[in-house]
Amino acid sequence: MSRKPYVREMPRFAWVFRHPRYLRYMTRELSCLFIGAYTLLLVAGIGRLAEGPAAYEAFLEALKSPLSIAFHVLALGFAIYHSITWFNLTPKALPVQIGEEFAPDWVITGAHHVIWVLLSLGILSLAGAF
Amino acid sequence: MAKSNKPLVWGPFAAGGTITAFVTPVLIVLTLLAALGYVPEMLGYENLRGVLAHWFAKLSVSVIIFLSLWSVAHRLRITCYDLGVRADALVAAALYLAAVLGSVAAVVYLARI
Repeated sequence: MSRKPYVREMPRFAWVFRHPRYLRYMTRELSCLFIGAYTLLLVAGIGRLAEGPAAYEAFLEALKSPLSIAFHVLALGFAIYHSITWFNLTPKALPVQIGEEFAPDWVITGAHHVIWVLLSLGILSLAGAF
Repeated sequence: MAKSNKPLVWGPFAAGGTITAFVTPVLIVLTLLAALGYVPEMLGYENLRGVLAHWFAKLSVSVIIFLSLWSVAHRLRITCYDLGVRADALVAAALYLAAVLGSVAAVVYLARI
């Protein structure tokens, strides 16, 4: 590295709004805040479950607050956005070669989306949600 | 060849990103139902303890939680850098440590069930 590396002036946040693509990128990246907070909520729930029935009932009761419901709805939106963007990238990460040709992108992406939907329905049914 | 810890950091990120893509939305739906007053059968106290009593369930839940937290920590680290926070070593240490601590808490709780 040279002794005086050139560091280009960059606005901290303003660049995000310069192009819709940057905004979509940042939306995807910020989904991690919601997924992280939700995972910690699960850890807290497991903790209350370990403590006993009274603590767990209190946890379920606390979930019913308007703030918690708003958080769940937001987190669900961001989590779904993460899933869709993640699966849309899979052809780049997992190109499948068949003979000389590569499988078309939509096949790999589509397979992930189908498995995702089936898995989600399976878990919902197993959990007795419907 | 220069030594790099990138694969060690990136591997769990990729695995965690895939896990959260597959399971986080449906888990949110389950607790959202509970939040709306329709507690799914499996989230009842006795049922959930029954499921988590098995060692394989404990192992799966621990792995899912660790990979989720790790991928979140990694993504947040990159986002901090994108938003002009250039103290990367500090940010990385704090976030990965938080991911590990959260996972340890989950393992300790699960061991008590």
